[in-house]
Amino acid sequence: MGHPANFPLLAQKAREQWGTEFAMATYTPTTPVNDAGRGKPPVPPPGGGERDRGGNVPNGVPDYGARLRRARLGMVCVVVTVCMIFISLTSAYIVRRGLPTYEDSSASYVHDWGGVRLPWTLLGINTLILLLSSVSVELARRQVTRQAALAPVSGFPGVSLGRERSFPWLGITVLLGFGFLVGQWMAWGQLHDAGFYVNTNPSSSFAFLLTIGHAVHLAGGLMALLWAAGAALLRRPVETRRIAVDVTAWYWHFMLALWVYIFALLGLAR
Amino acid sequence: MATPATIHAHAPQGFIRKYIFSLDHKVIGIQYFFLALTAVFVGMFLSLLMRIHLIWPTAVLPLVGEIKPETYLSLLTMHGTIMVFFVLTTAPQGGFGNYVLPIQIGAPDMAFPVLNMLSFWTTFVGFVVIIAAFFVTGGAPLHGWTGYPPLSAVQSAGPGEGLGADLWITSIAIFCIASLMGALNFITTTLDLRAKGMTMMRMPLTVWSWFITAMLGLLAFGVLLSAGILLLLDRNFGTSFYVPLVVVNGQIMGHKGGSPLLWQHLFWFFGHPEVYIAILPGMGVASQVLSTFSRKPIFGYKAMVYAMLAIGFFGFMVWGHHMFMSGMSPYSAFTFSVLTMCIGVPSAIKTFNWLGTMLHGRIRFQTPMLYAIGFVSLFVSGGLSGPFLAQPVLDIQLHDTYFVVGHFHLIMGVAAIFGIFAATSYWFPKMFGRMMNETLGRIHFFITLAGTYAIFMPMHYLGLAGQTRRYSQFTEVAYQTKLIPLQTFMTYAAIITIAAQFIFLINLFWSMFKGPKASDNPWDATTLEWTTTTPPPHDNFGGKTPVVNHGPYEYGVPGAPKDFIMQTDPPMSGGH
Repeated sequence: MGHPANFPLLAQKAREQWGTEFAMATYTPTTPVNDAGRGKPPVPPPGGGERDRGGNVPNGVPDYGARLRRARLGMVCVVVTVCMIFISLTSAYIVRRGLPTYEDSSASYVHDWGGVRLPWTLLGINTLILLLSSVSVELARRQVTRQAALAPVSGFPGVSLGRERSFPWLGITVLLGFGFLVGQWMAWGQLHDAGFYVNTNPSSSFAFLLTIGHAVHLAGGLMALLWAAGAALLRRPVETRRIAVDVTAWYWHFMLALWVYIFALLGLAR
Repeated sequence: MATPATIHAHAPQGFIRKYIFSLDHKVIGIQYFFLALTAVFVGMFLSLLMRIHLIWPTAVLPLVGEIKPETYLSLLTMHGTIMVFFVLTTAPQGGFGNYVLPIQIGAPDMAFPVLNMLSFWTTFVGFVVIIAAFFVTGGAPLHGWTGYPPLSAVQSAGPGEGLGADLWITSIAIFCIASLMGALNFITTTLDLRAKGMTMMRMPLTVWSWFITAMLGLLAFGVLLSAGILLLLDRNFGTSFYVPLVVVNGQIMGHKGGSPLLWQHLFWFFGHPEVYIAILPGMGVASQVLSTFSRKPIFGYKAMVYAMLAIGFFGFMVWGHHMFMSGMSPYSAFTFSVLTMCIGVPSAIKTFNWLGTMLHGRIRFQTPMLYAIGFVSLFVSGGLSGPFLAQPVLDIQLHDTYFVVGHFHLIMGVAAIFGIFAATSYWFPKMFGRMMNETLGRIHFFITLAGTYAIFMPMHYLGLAGQTRRYSQFTEVAYQTKLIPLQTFMTYAAIITIAAQFIFLINLFWSMFKGPKASDNPWDATTLEWTTTTPPPHDNFGGKTPVVNHGPYEYGVPGAPKDFIMQTDPPMSGGH
C-alpha cells in the first residue's frame, strides 16, 4: 500500500473516511517525499493470474499503477522491435561491407565499400547533447513521479509539502532533443558539402540510413514528450502525464544507447 | 489515453465511434475479418484468372482481356502478396485473435485500444495501397510475393516494376507497421490483462497460439520493414544494397556491387516465421475445436504449448532452406536442412496429440469439427512433403517446380484457411448471436476439402515430372503437352472449389440476419467467451470480472455434474 502508485487510493479512502477533517490531519507518506521516483521502478505485483489484472476501476479511481505497468510492457515490445530493425540494418552493413564486386578495368574483384568523412566533431557534440537530454529526461521522470505521488494530497488545505521543485526538466529535454536533431541535420549538410550523398558509395549510404533511421525514431520520442508537455498545459491528470513521461524516458535512454551503438558502428567498422 | 479501465463504463453510441473508428476489440476483430474476407475474394479471383489462362492461354477474359506473360506474373505476385499478408496474417490473428483473446483471458478489452484501432486502419490503408497498384501506369508488379531483386529493385526491369512496385513495397511496409502495433498489443494484453486465476498454463491453446504468433510478428516484421526500406532506396535513390551491375535493354544501370542474396536473407528471415504466423493460430483453433467436439481434454496440453514454442523458436533458424538454390555453402545448407527437419518433431507431437484427443472421444461431427479435422488432414498432407524439400539435393531438383506450389498451398495456404473456417463456424454464434446453417456448412466443407486435394495434390506429380512453376504457358511446349490434361483437371477443380466458396458466403450473410438465435454456450464449451452473453456486452462481462478456477479443457471429468466444467465454475472438492 505504501507505493506511490497507490496514493490516489489512499487519498480516496481518506476522503471517504474522514471527510473535511482530513484537512487537519498530518500527512505522512510511507515513501520519503524526496526519494519518490528515484531508484528502482515500482516492482509489479506477482503475475500469472494471481490477482485481478483486468485494469478495472476500484472505487471509481483508475488504477494508474496497472496502467503504468502495462505501458512499460508495451515499451519493452517497442524496444525489441526497434532493436530488430537496427540488427537487420547492421547485418546488411556487415554483409555489404564484405562484398567483392567485379571491376572491368582491372579484371579483378575489388571492394567498393568506399569511405565517408563523417563530421566527427559535430557528431561528438550531438552525442553530448543527447547524453545531457538523457540526464534531463530522467530528472523529468523523477519529478513527475513525485508530483503524481503527491497530487492527491497537495490540494488539501492545511497540507504543506515544503518547497515545490518545479524546474522545467521536460522542457529542457525537448529543447535538447530538438538540438540533437538540428545538429544531425547540420551533420548531413556537412556530408553533402563534402560530396557525400546517400548514393555516393555503400559506406555513405549506410551512414545516412543509420543516422536518419535513428533520428526518425528519436523524433517519435520527442513527439511523445511534447504530448506530455501539452497534457500539463491542458491540466490532464498528473498520473496520465507521469505514464507518458515515464515510458518515454526509458525509450529516450534506449535511443541514447542506440545512438552510441550507431556511432561506434560507423566509427569502428569503417 | 483510452485504456480498458476508462472504456469500461461507457460504450460509444454514435455510428462512427461505434462501428467505424471503434475502440472495442470485438468490432475491430470483425473489421479485420471482413477486410480479410474482401481480400480473399480478390486473391481467389486472381488465382481463377491464372488457372483459366494456363489451359486456355489465348482466351480473352472479362475485366482483364487477354493475359500476356507479364500480366500472368502480375496476377501471381498480387495473388501471393494479398493472400499471405491480407488474408493469412490478417484473419486468424487480427480477426479472431482480436475478437476472442481478450474475452478468453477475462479482460474487458485489449491493453491499448487506440493502438488497436490504429493497427486495423493502418492495415486497411496498406490494402488500399496494394490494390492501387493494379490501376497505375504499368500495372501491378511482376516480381512475385518474395520480391527478389534485381527484378524488384530496378524500375525499368519490367512493365509493373515502376510505380506499381513502389506501391507494392509501400503497402508491405505499412502492413509491417500495422502488424508490429498489433503484436505489441497482443503480447501486453496476454501478459498483463489475465483475469484472476488465469495462469499461463490455464490459458486456452488459442491464446497461446495468438501470443506466440505475436512474438514471432514482433521479431519478424521489423526485419521485413528494414529490408523494404533498403529496396525502396535502391529503386528510388540510386543506392546499391541489392543491385549488382545490371544491364536492362542494353543500358547499364547506375548500380554496382550490391547483393541480391542480401535481400533473400533478410526477406526469408522474416518469410519463414511468417509461415508460422499464418498457421499457428490455425493450430490453436484446431486444438480448441477438436477438444470441444470430442468431449475430451486436449491430449498433452503442456506438450502442445511447448511444441508451439519450439516451432516458433526453430522458425527463426531455418530461413536458409528457401535459398538452397542460391549456391550457398554445402555446410550451411546441411545446417539449415537439419534444423528444418527438427521442426518435424514438434509438428508430429501436435499431430499425434490431435489424433490422441479424438481417440475414443464422443465426437460431435458438427461443422467446426469437420473443418478442424480438415485442418489436421491438410496439415499432414502438406507437411509430409516438407522433409522432402528440406533436403538440399531434392530441393535443387524440385525448387522451381509445381511440387513446391503444392506443398505450401496445402500446409500454409489451405490448412490455415481451414483454420479460419473452423474459427468462423465455431465463434460465429458468439460474434453475431445466431447459428450458421449446418447443411450448407457440410456441403461447403466436403466440396472444399475434396476440391483442395483435387487442385493441389496433382501439383506434386507435375513437380516430380519437372513442370516449372511461374510459367504462364505450357500448351505450346512440346515436351510438356502430356501434362496438360492434369492442368486442365486442376483448373476445373479450381472453378468448382471457388464456386463452392459462395455457399460459405451465402451461409455467412444469411445466418447473420436469419439464422436461429444462439444460446450463450451452444457448443457446451468451457472457455471464458462462453460464460458471457451472446453477443458479449461492450466490456465483455457486463461489469463483472471472471475468476478462473479450472483449466481450459475439462471435459468428461469423473464426478462432475455435466460432461464439461467451465473455467469459471467453482472449484470441485478434491482440489481441481
